[in-house]
Amino acid sequence: MKKKIISALLCASMVATMVAGCGGSSDTTSTDNSNSGAAAPATESGFDAAETDTTGDEGKVLNIYCWNEEFKSRLTDHYPGYEEVDATSGKIGDVTVKWNITPNDDNAYQNNLDATLLKQESAAADDKIDLFLVEADYALKYVDTDYTMPVADLGITDADLANQYQYTKDIVTDSNGVLKGVSWQGCPGVLFYNRDAAKEVLGTDDPDEVQKYVSDWDTFNDTAETMKAAGYKMTSSVNDTYRVYSNNVTSKWVEDGKINIDDNIMKWVSDSKELYDAGETETYELWSDDWKKGFYPEGKVFCYFGPAWFVNFSMAADTEGSIGYNGGWGATPGPQGFYWGGTWICGATGTDNAGLVKDIILKMTTDETIMKDIVVKDDDFVNNKPAMEAMAADTSYQSKVLGGQNPLAMYCASVEKLDLSNLSAYDQGCNEEFQNAMKNYFEGNASLDDALDLFYKAVVEKYPDLTY
Amino acid sequence: MNENKNLKKGLGIHARRFIAYIVLILVTFACLFWFYVLFINATRSNGELQAGFTPLPSTHLLENWNNLVHGTLPVWQGMINSLIVSVLSAALCTYFSTMTAYAIHAYDFKLKKYIYAFILAVMMIPTQVTALGFVKLVGTLKMEDTFIPLIVPTIAAPVTFFYMKQYMESTLPVSLIEAARIDGSGEFHTFNNIVLPLMKPAIAVQAIFTFVSSWNNYFVPALILHNDKKKTLPILIAQLRAADWLKFDMGQVYVMIAFSIFPVIIIYLILSRHIVQGVALGSVKG
Amino acid sequence: MKKKSSKAVRYNKWGYIFLIPFILVYVVFQLIPLFNTIYNSFFENYLSGLTQIGPNFVGLENYKTLFTQGDIWIYAKNTMILWIMCFVPQIILSLLLGAWFSDVRLKLKGSRFFKTVIYLPNLIMASAFSMLFFTLFSDGGPINSILMQIGIISEPYKFLANTGSARGLIALMNCLMWFGNTTILLMAGMMGIDTSLFEAAEVDGATSTQVFYKITLPLLRPILVYVVITSLIGGLQLFDVPQILTNGTGDPMRSTMTLIMFLNKHLYSKNYGMAGAVSVILFIITAILSLIVFKVTGNDKRKA
Repeated sequence: MKKKIISALLCASMVATMVAGCGGSSDTTSTDNSNSGAAAPATESGFDAAETDTTGDEGKVLNIYCWNEEFKSRLTDHYPGYEEVDATSGKIGDVTVKWNITPNDDNAYQNNLDATLLKQESAAADDKIDLFLVEADYALKYVDTDYTMPVADLGITDADLANQYQYTKDIVTDSNGVLKGVSWQGCPGVLFYNRDAAKEVLGTDDPDEVQKYVSDWDTFNDTAETMKAAGYKMTSSVNDTYRVYSNNVTSKWVEDGKINIDDNIMKWVSDSKELYDAGETETYELWSDDWKKGFYPEGKVFCYFGPAWFVNFSMAADTEGSIGYNGGWGATPGPQGFYWGGTWICGATGTDNAGLVKDIILKMTTDETIMKDIVVKDDDFVNNKPAMEAMAADTSYQSKVLGGQNPLAMYCASVEKLDLSNLSAYDQGCNEEFQNAMKNYFEGNASLDDALDLFYKAVVEKYPDLTY
Repeated sequence: MNENKNLKKGLGIHARRFIAYIVLILVTFACLFWFYVLFINATRSNGELQAGFTPLPSTHLLENWNNLVHGTLPVWQGMINSLIVSVLSAALCTYFSTMTAYAIHAYDFKLKKYIYAFILAVMMIPTQVTALGFVKLVGTLKMEDTFIPLIVPTIAAPVTFFYMKQYMESTLPVSLIEAARIDGSGEFHTFNNIVLPLMKPAIAVQAIFTFVSSWNNYFVPALILHNDKKKTLPILIAQLRAADWLKFDMGQVYVMIAFSIFPVIIIYLILSRHIVQGVALGSVKG
Repeated sequence: MKKKSSKAVRYNKWGYIFLIPFILVYVVFQLIPLFNTIYNSFFENYLSGLTQIGPNFVGLENYKTLFTQGDIWIYAKNTMILWIMCFVPQIILSLLLGAWFSDVRLKLKGSRFFKTVIYLPNLIMASAFSMLFFTLFSDGGPINSILMQIGIISEPYKFLANTGSARGLIALMNCLMWFGNTTILLMAGMMGIDTSLFEAAEVDGATSTQVFYKITLPLLRPILVYVVITSLIGGLQLFDVPQILTNGTGDPMRSTMTLIMFLNKHLYSKNYGMAGAVSVILFIITAILSLIVFKVTGNDKRKA
């Protein structure tokens, strides 16, 4: 068995011209149709799927569950052999790919996914979920169950994933240390500062110099005071810094069934309260109109925190008059490393297309040619260290939005330090409710104790099994 | 006394008309203003929208529209789906609610009181309560990705029934039904050919309400329809808003919202004509 | 009507026949989930992540939790306050408009246009409507900048961070969305009134006020009862506007959290036990209030 896995892996890593031969060589075993031992048939058919002739042990339908079209367009553009049939289906060889897209609004995606996963066992082979996508906030909810397949059972080894960033693995590692998902994206974040404001107030817009003013939270808060005196808000909202603090916790939200608030999170509360009371930041929701004001010079905001996609696509860089349009942002690591966003691919237990799932994961998240292609075509930051480091070293790569800076090295460095071993399956609810409850405290509608009580109450409503 | 009254009446009519116009103009402004904002936003690019509200339109309307229809979302199919679901819902809902109301209004039978009380009672049950159970049931019945669970249940709409019942009470005399019977009209025939036409204003009103609520419904359809070809407009809008950062474009979202409002306005204009026509019918009947 | 001749009995079987579609559909699609709701309120039954907890029979434990926490009464109070804030201006405006539109003597020009316009806000999806609301009432939005220019305030007013204004905004949006609906209901009712009655009243020299109170209102009574009852039910089930405007939080400090928003919180974890208990309580409250309305308006007397 072990041998077979290895041979299949070798096949998988070979170039496209070798595909035919490989398919032949691994086609040694029976046409075993059972779904019980997903791992075994998976490995041998690993490459056949990409080919036109599919062997009998692959199911006829590959069901993919996701919440938007991102992965579909990635697969259409980059996966060899994927043919689009129409908006909701495609073909890979003989296998029909069925896209089951449910939007996130009202938690509809998770509601739908939950319901389908719970009846996965009794569903007909062609109706079973084969592959689904998750986001970091709730990844563990799925990863920490048997509904998600260990990546190793699909025949993917640690060596395959060696080039990926560790934090992307932390997020989808279950409580027993088993890796259950893979991502093609890396979303390390940095601090983006308004160059004009830096020049005006700090006297320099050089990233290294500016970094000295935001190197840790104390200096960050001191700079906020200076900015306030000059008429700038330090950040657009207290919520901007939240994920930076929450990515650097040393304990989990839930320890032994009890809700636990990490010190770094409480530091966010006290720091933010001070900033807000001093008029150095606001309590806007992310993505609200008010929050976005700082994308323009009149908004008078000094900095935002975000990953590569944030500065490239979200800061109105293509609109005349915005700071980004004029190349007016600078990037610097900021007080602490963090990530923002990203999509993980998980194989569903019981899939009848394990081979295909494996191949999709390998192609989309480890194949260097494809990943470079994604970088070039989609401007994504991919989950591949050598590829990104090569880009970082490339002096010809310049970001217009960042005034000619090449920030890739900074992203790469920032993400290396990230330790995300302190995640729990309750993170999405806890993070949301915590920010919601603290808003009342910041705005003076509640004392800290009342706001904390509200938080506990709200979390227990969402997760009745927890206590505080 | 009499003089006083006349004076009041004489003054009243002009003053009242004046006040009425002022209030109506204010109300009209409050109602139409939102469509103006929607239109303005639909003409602006994603970047411009981030700069906040402006009272003047921009130039990106066509561009937003082109991006939308040439995007991956089947917006036309979505409109057709929405139309199928909403039209059939409205038709079935009003027809059968009228029938149910007629059963309670025009007949005397043993269980009448209990059934009436029962329907009034279930009217008070919040829809959110049964929604998730309903979706589970739809899964068991293998009706996912079909329109049946969105259309057929509207046959049993207690609120519409209650309106029809109340409306009949104020406008449908039992003597009329008895007259029809004497003329030898069958019960079913009486209902279809005499009662239904008399109920036209009420049917038009409830048809609008049902149509609109079905057209704008998101929660249940989102849990039932997963195939893009089957999705209704609100789901597609939510999907557009959930787009990844590469494609995220609020301009398109606003164009799509505007696009999805058009058919409802048209349906509304058509049906509201029937409400007004009810006047003529009403006077003939009298 | 009360006497039971054999003929009437023959006709009356049609009462059952006409009820078949409703009963059939209701039983298939609604009754099972409904019984489930009540049944579930006596169980501990929820999903923790993907792990099903229960169902374990706990008797009245869920109700006990709700009552001892006491929050449910706060949400009930919020709901009533919001309902009154939405409903009172709405019914006054609707009655006024309805009276004007039906007043033959007032001869309003363009009443067809006005009648059409008032319903239009209801055509916008609540979620889209709230997006527009956010744009206008944001700190940097046009409302704040107008208020600042006039000099009423010196710095942006946070509409959703203060209890009064947050409730006010919810009431305003809800009112805008639904007053057209109410007006149409009333108008359709008024259309059913025999116009010769108005003409006769005019000949007799009745004032508009007299016509309204002596003719329109009494004849409109069944429809009015309907409007009051359904808006009471709808008001107690007030959900989407505050949910979307406050992003489900009921901020500030849950002062805009309604009963159904609270119920919705429990649906996140598919907590059918607690959600069931909340619905049963809500149902009892609604039933009591509706009965009061029925009694006060004497709905059932008229037929006899």
